[in-house]
Amino acid sequence: MTTAPHSSRAAGGSGGFPFLPPLPLFLLNPILKRVVHKIAADNPDMFDRLGQHRHAYFLIDPVDVPLMLYLRPDPEALDFRAINRRNPPPHIARISGKFLDLLTLMDTEQDGDALFFSRDLIVTGDTEAVVCLRNALDDVEDPIAESVADMFGAPGRMALNTLRRMAENAQKRKEAK
Amino acid sequence: MIKPELICPAGTPAALRSAVDAGADAVYCGFQNATNARNFTGLNFTVPELEKSVAYAHERGTKVLITLNTFPPAGKFDLWKEAVDNCARLGVDAIIVADIAVAHYAKTHHPDLRIHLSVQAAASSPEAITYYVKEFGVKRIVLPRIMTVSEIRGLVEEIPCEVETFIFGNHGLMVEGRCSLTNYATGLSTNMDGACSPAACVKYERDEQDNMSTKLCDYTIDRFGPDETAGYPTICKGRYKCDARDGGYYAFEEPISLNASDMLPELINAGVHAFKIEGRQRSRAYVKKVVAAFREAVDSIMAGDEPKLADLVALTEGQKQTEGALKTKKWR
Repeated sequence: MTTAPHSSRAAGGSGGFPFLPPLPLFLLNPILKRVVHKIAADNPDMFDRLGQHRHAYFLIDPVDVPLMLYLRPDPEALDFRAINRRNPPPHIARISGKFLDLLTLMDTEQDGDALFFSRDLIVTGDTEAVVCLRNALDDVEDPIAESVADMFGAPGRMALNTLRRMAENAQKRKEAK
Repeated sequence: MIKPELICPAGTPAALRSAVDAGADAVYCGFQNATNARNFTGLNFTVPELEKSVAYAHERGTKVLITLNTFPPAGKFDLWKEAVDNCARLGVDAIIVADIAVAHYAKTHHPDLRIHLSVQAAASSPEAITYYVKEFGVKRIVLPRIMTVSEIRGLVEEIPCEVETFIFGNHGLMVEGRCSLTNYATGLSTNMDGACSPAACVKYERDEQDNMSTKLCDYTIDRFGPDETAGYPTICKGRYKCDARDGGYYAFEEPISLNASDMLPELINAGVHAFKIEGRQRSRAYVKKVVAAFREAVDSIMAGDEPKLADLVALTEGQKQTEGALKTKKWR
């Protein structure tokens, strides 16, 4: 586990991501549980790419939202939940970036290496575990962001499209700098 | 004028499908073992995955080339034999080999299996290439990234096989197939284990000022300031302190990518048969964007139009790009 600071350029000094409502954990976590079980059921082969790291806990840190995500991608004991930013639990690796950057990674529209080169994605801890997770998620047939949106029908797809537009605009602003 | 094939990378079946859908003429990929010089954890293909992927590609008119581009250590040749046998059984369109024993095995046991000579063989002279063609029936040579376009043109006229050049991606001008730097630092060989800077040996450390240090095992190989773009954790692209220079110095290579997009017309005129995009370790987003961009560029050149190419600098290592030795030998 790492304790490296995560104040970071990945946060870009942003004052927070305005789109997400402050959903309480007790409401959010059952949704996340449903999401991860659906993705796992639809893509059972993805776990092979994780090897021994399937038993590890990963901390996914969208730096501009008030919560972090805690993931154990173990098909026998799946765990995916939002946690409070204070006192993160033990984890093998931490992946930090802006919410929209992380979303576009899950939407297979953004390359993780490119985000790493630009210092918009920060990886600390066990690099091999992160690379395995990245490869496993990248090999999922349908983009994960799309599968999640589909679970919530028309409102889900509408929300994803809005987020995609926001991500596109953010990317354009970055390229214009 | 030959229309060059676009040879595109895939590290996973999903990336292979993305490459096919984006317009690749051929996709190259490898098995999940040491026969493959991108033998990274979580990457590459099992035999059943490859079987399905070959079917997907062939149904859409795309070739599949398999990289068996490492050098078998003594006593471990069975892994490479099995890989060649699997390639023949699955009907792949060519194998890309570096080692003469692997080439010999393929030629003698599977004479109909097309052989390409990997860049890892580091063959760049007419004599060396002609040897591989005559002895092993090599049909195509992937050229090392050390030649200018005019040298490539001269070579094409002298050799009895097709020529493939890299046009985009990771750029290393070390003598390819001979690099022992990662072996020195990690105990694993790029050339025999297929693992350059294995992720298990890589650590990123950040401090309060947002400086990031990249470590490969016990060696700090670079340190990036808060506003600096980063590169891959490869020892050949590390920044070191040495007596000859003040401050950190990229003593071997720089974190930079090859981008020969502006040189495509010259390369086509030089008689190059295939353009290779590097990046089997990259995501399918990279594959999709880069393949689509070069598909459009090659097609527009062949149609006699001005080449169109999307800006790919965001996908390059360290967000820096070069035409490297293709343009001039003076590069580095």
